[in-house]
Amino acid sequence: MDEIIKKEYESLVKYYEASGGNSHALISKEYASMVINGDKVLAKNSTEGIIIETERIENGVYARITVKRGYKAKNPVHLCFGMLPREGKQIIKSEIVAEEDSAVRFIAHCIFPNALRIEHIMDSRIIVERNAKIEYEETHFHGKSGGVKVIPKTVARVKEGGEYNSSFLLKSGRAGYIDIDYEVHLEKNAKSMLITKIYAREDDEIHTNESIILEGAHSSGVIKTRMALRNRAKSFVIGKTVGLGEYSKGHVDCTEIIMDDAQAEASPIVIGKNPKAKVTHEAAIGSVDKKQLITLMTRGLTEEEAIDVIVSGLLK
Amino acid sequence: MLKIENLTVIRDGIPIVRDVSLEIGEREVHVLLGVNGSGKTTLAHAIMGIYPSKGKIVFLGEDITHLPIWERARRGITLAFQEPARFEGLLVKDYLMLSSREKDMGKIKEAVKTVGLPYSILFQEIGDNLSGGERKRIELASVLLMKPRLAILDEPDSGIDILSFKQISNVILRMKEMGCSVLLITHSEDMINIADRATIICSGKVAKTGDREEIKKLFKYSPCPLKR
Repeated sequence: MDEIIKKEYESLVKYYEASGGNSHALISKEYASMVINGDKVLAKNSTEGIIIETERIENGVYARITVKRGYKAKNPVHLCFGMLPREGKQIIKSEIVAEEDSAVRFIAHCIFPNALRIEHIMDSRIIVERNAKIEYEETHFHGKSGGVKVIPKTVARVKEGGEYNSSFLLKSGRAGYIDIDYEVHLEKNAKSMLITKIYAREDDEIHTNESIILEGAHSSGVIKTRMALRNRAKSFVIGKTVGLGEYSKGHVDCTEIIMDDAQAEASPIVIGKNPKAKVTHEAAIGSVDKKQLITLMTRGLTEEEAIDVIVSGLLK
Repeated sequence: MLKIENLTVIRDGIPIVRDVSLEIGEREVHVLLGVNGSGKTTLAHAIMGIYPSKGKIVFLGEDITHLPIWERARRGITLAFQEPARFEGLLVKDYLMLSSREKDMGKIKEAVKTVGLPYSILFQEIGDNLSGGERKRIELASVLLMKPRLAILDEPDSGIDILSFKQISNVILRMKEMGCSVLLITHSEDMINIADRATIICSGKVAKTGDREEIKKLFKYSPCPLKR
């Protein structure tokens, strides 16, 4: 590792740890891992069953991650995507393939601690082969200024008996501008759960557009969105599930708490194209639940303390 | 310990509690009786500071009439709701810890056992997964751990099976032993039997305060004596 890369790596890892990352996993040969700053791959490690290949592209990195057939990863794959400068653009194009009967969990951290004007574009293709399973947990830390534009796009195809679950979490610091676009196609007996939990403040703006297409018989999917918005933050949430396969089941569930002058708009869309499919939705937008608030205050918590407890519960 | 003078609570222009004066002594279990809609819960909520009120509330010699809920709580008053709240994402153990500021897991387990719940419930969310009865018991555990000077319990016995009745009564007596006074809203005769004194509330007013047996008889004969 040359001196500049070493310094960048150390700085990024410092923030990675602060945002809950396990830095030991980034150096251990037991864990597949990858650390990217801007358009540079600072470190990467493949393991026996997980191959990580990368190449530099304009303003970013292309990464292909393959989980070999039948390989059940006992350690999660740790990914760290970041940009240390205040301004810039980062494009991550990725292809993740979980081959037949494999299972893997990804823990990804996206870190932009000094951001004043950063754009982070993530463009992922995910293939979950027959009876394979991917869990993808993505935690974001965007610093205090809110000068981040995050545009993650994922198209996933889950083949027969496969499972793909993903979560997008941003609980501390500013969110900035986020525009999530996820689309999951489920084949026969495949399952998926998409979870998004975001705390937006000041003039943060969040757009989410998540779809689960239940193509195969007995496939099932849930889109779960939880948001807390304060100050002048805005959110626009679309959760869509389309029932095509016989006995497929889909559910869209959105709860948002709005405070101060924040605004939220939620549109759950359920489309049934097969009389044997069942697609349902629920959505609730409102201020902090009065009963929860008062209950905590009767135990001696101030209103602000009680709101913090309620919001962190919602986003847990 | 608690002295309420001429308390009036008006909601949406309608007086729900009217000119109520009431005193509760140290380590006293005081039962509030009254037909549905008589103003018992509104009175309890006004004492806690949930509803604004006219009149005077003095607690341990201090006028607390204008204090917010949390300041009353920090002075030693707490309330367990008839229908406890659900908290998405909050585990029972975390709720008990933060509501009582008790960090000792041993004490938390003991409180859970006292209210008749299994330890395993500590790692569950306070959501739809728990029954109303379980959530009521969690409220009681939280009150026990908080060690208040005055616990206001709004129908802790409703929706609880007959076998658990004794357990709830024992919890209330345990609170008394710990030096806590209890203002208990109930419809149950068995529960009245653990009271020291009782008050009948009728159309928002105090109809009668007296010793347990006297009030029990009067309530049986005439649940709202002011309406006769």
